[in-house]
Amino acid sequence: MLINKDLIIVGAGPAGLAAAVEARKRGIDDILVLEREPVAGGILNQCIHDGFGLIKFNEALTGPEYARKYMDEADEMGIELITNVMVQELSSDKAVTTVSPDGIRSYQAKAVILAMGCRERTRGAICIPGTRPAGVFTAGVAQNLVNIRNVMIGKNIIILGSGDIGLIMARRLTLEGANVLAVVEKLPYSSGLQRNITQCLDDFGIPLLLSHTVTNIEGRERVTAVTISRVDEKGNTIRGTSKKYDCDTLILSVGLIPENELSLNAGIEIDHVTGGPRVDEKLQTSVPGIFACGNVLQVHDLVDYVSAEGELAAGSAAEYIGSSTADGCGSVDVGVGVNAEDKGPNGENPLSYEKISVRAGRGIRYVLPQTIRPGKAVTFSMRVVKPDREKTVCFKAGDRIIKKRKYTALNPAEMIRMDLSQNELKDVSELEVCIYED
Amino acid sequence: MTANTDNIFDIVIVGAGAVGCAVARELSGFDLKIAVLEKESDVAAGTSGRNSAVVHAGFNNKPGSLMAKLCVEGNEGFEKVCSQLHVPYKKTGKLIVAFDESDFAGIDQLMENGRKNGVKGLEFVDAHTVKKLEPHVGGIGAMLSPNTAITSPFIYTVALAENAAQNGVEFYFETEVNGVSKRDGLFRLTAGKKHFFSRYIINSAGLYSDRIAALAGDKGYEIYPCRGEYFILDKRTSQYLSMPVYPVPRPGLGGLGVHLTPTVEGNILIGPSAEYIKSKSDYSATKGVMDQLFKEAKELLPALEMKHIIRSYTGIRSKLVGPKTGGYGDFIIEESGVVPGLVNLIGIESPGLTASVPIGRMVRDIIAGKEELVPKKDFIAERKGITPFRELTLEQKEKLIKECPEYGEIVCRCEGITKKEILDAINNPLGVTTLAGIKYRARPMMGRCQGGYCLTRIVDILKEQKGIEPEQVTLRGNNSKLFTGRVK
Repeated sequence: MLINKDLIIVGAGPAGLAAAVEARKRGIDDILVLEREPVAGGILNQCIHDGFGLIKFNEALTGPEYARKYMDEADEMGIELITNVMVQELSSDKAVTTVSPDGIRSYQAKAVILAMGCRERTRGAICIPGTRPAGVFTAGVAQNLVNIRNVMIGKNIIILGSGDIGLIMARRLTLEGANVLAVVEKLPYSSGLQRNITQCLDDFGIPLLLSHTVTNIEGRERVTAVTISRVDEKGNTIRGTSKKYDCDTLILSVGLIPENELSLNAGIEIDHVTGGPRVDEKLQTSVPGIFACGNVLQVHDLVDYVSAEGELAAGSAAEYIGSSTADGCGSVDVGVGVNAEDKGPNGENPLSYEKISVRAGRGIRYVLPQTIRPGKAVTFSMRVVKPDREKTVCFKAGDRIIKKRKYTALNPAEMIRMDLSQNELKDVSELEVCIYED
Repeated sequence: MTANTDNIFDIVIVGAGAVGCAVARELSGFDLKIAVLEKESDVAAGTSGRNSAVVHAGFNNKPGSLMAKLCVEGNEGFEKVCSQLHVPYKKTGKLIVAFDESDFAGIDQLMENGRKNGVKGLEFVDAHTVKKLEPHVGGIGAMLSPNTAITSPFIYTVALAENAAQNGVEFYFETEVNGVSKRDGLFRLTAGKKHFFSRYIINSAGLYSDRIAALAGDKGYEIYPCRGEYFILDKRTSQYLSMPVYPVPRPGLGGLGVHLTPTVEGNILIGPSAEYIKSKSDYSATKGVMDQLFKEAKELLPALEMKHIIRSYTGIRSKLVGPKTGGYGDFIIEESGVVPGLVNLIGIESPGLTASVPIGRMVRDIIAGKEELVPKKDFIAERKGITPFRELTLEQKEKLIKECPEYGEIVCRCEGITKKEILDAINNPLGVTTLAGIKYRARPMMGRCQGGYCLTRIVDILKEQKGIEPEQVTLRGNNSKLFTGRVK
């Protein structure tokens, strides 16, 4: 039996919840949120430290507190949420198949918002040599085990990777009585937020070894030691710099990968740099009517912006649903029915104008959205390639500088967001963002 | 401790690899009291679980050797065993690819070997056909072996063991034999505080088969450990390869050369390297070999990228020929000349997995040559495995969830493994409750997130189902505990 829905949101973490609440505010009644966990909230549920919501709510909340605000709101609005359900398949015409103990369900949505979050990069993916004993965990798994399952994962611990979860876990495990010997970072700078380095390492006297990596793991049953070596600027191990650390645990905080298996199977185009779908300024993917937000789109450092993306995706989905319903395309719409908003700046047929592609130029690792329509205000988010000071981020159309902003400090760990107005993007036919050199 | 009816056996098998379990299953068809002693916490913990998972056709082996004879026999019967025991099996065929003219001589040699060994269907195919069979593979020509197949060596070994257990064989894990004596025609095997008495010992101890023979009084064998490293690639690469692709073997090499093998589950394996090492238990992966493997694999399949790698693993060949000689020896499958009742299975390296069932039959014949074996009337020849939910149609899935809602709970997101499958794995007939045991039986933690999603859930299920507290959960038994305690 096919169940029709206006909007299906895959994932009830911060992105999905914000999207659900916003979509309802925009007048979409028939919303279904699908969540594989027994409760909504996503990864926030295991993030019991504070610092969430400084931008959005102007207060420092814990992860569960931040999630609770949206869960309560969604609840009051009576938004339908199904937990303990796994989306098994999403098709390009927005058919959704789910598996749960209640059976297989097939849905047909007018619009879909992807909010599946991300997964952690593992030991295998970064090819650490050595044996494969117990005692190697990714940081997020370690966080879940300690904070949700309340089990201790080790006594003497090395953490590889200075991403935020690694830093947070260094402090958490120290507070639980473990001895965190060092946080090891292959890059010459930390990939975590400065506030976390101060609060999680410096305050506890935990050394941060920059330009170092783990080059061997020992132990037959449980980890007994890891070797740490210095690396050069290309990331190659420098001979004679290896030092063995006796320990029983290695935690890996070596990157997050947007979880786009469903998206790929739906034929959605993926950006090889972000790992998330390519989107336009509405956060619409290459498949019309499917939108993406949160960590499935790009890995964020602040949840506040995850929520903001969720809201933007919801607004776009609401418009899409509104127009496809008005056009009578209904549930079988495969995107050829385009809403009024999709028309060109002068109301021309949407297929008669080109989307403008946005290029990440010198010093910029990536920029989102990857394409924009002419004549709309857009919030761009981007990351720089390496840390820098006193540099200007600049939007250019050809040789013409459209907008620039000077930063006292730039860091790949901190996402940059810049708004360009409708006026600033007027008459733009190409766009590049780069670090501006005077 | 003295002998009593509980610990006196007709036959004790030392080592629960594919060969030991195949012998156990074969002998379980007769009225014999049999025990299998294994030093690790599960079957297939050594070389049997750490290989390319290929069911070889038999053209690599020296004509007239036991390896050649048993490999060809094993290949012919493999599909039937897999269907009886509910084991994944896929007859993919295999290509031995020539990259330059000098490789053709090697291919001719293999064709000739194959002909002498009685391997059917070998043929030379040109570059055009290679391209058609494997569009992503290079090469100027190849030998096609249509009867080469792939299987799951874990599930195969588990299935043999479970079927043996169904027929009365007793399995003892974490039971390392460290002493053997013989009195009044009865062996006494000591494993820590445990003792086992037996009329026969089947020495299928793989890498340690030289040691077991020596303990029993048959000295003079030496096993040379030769390590092979592998990478496992993401299932998204399955489009690149439909059958194993090997280079032409170079003379003197301890293995078959770095090759690419699709798995029955849709991953690709890269490897193995071949490196003689000192320790029989050093399963380390090394930086130098990892870099080399990737480089060689990329020559075979240019579409490969580092980001496709999800895990590495290593296996160790138990070779009878040392680094100075190189190449291959032959299987030793015989009753010891100096210790009657000791049946040695030594030097069982590749193609040991393929040959395991015929080896079991040879062992049966050795025993049958010494005493009359009485077939068991109620022998159970079939074994039911775990139903892989992910491979079913939507209708079948719907039906299974109705019958058992635990099929509707996906525990492993990457591989689509349900709670029911995890439960079936935990409640396995051999009583193994290690994480690795669950992983090998049902496949959670084997996908691209490597347990990031399901590990915590499996820990919950172990507690809920078996009352195993998190502090008791191990990766592979003994002291491989996952956790050190509770939070304060």
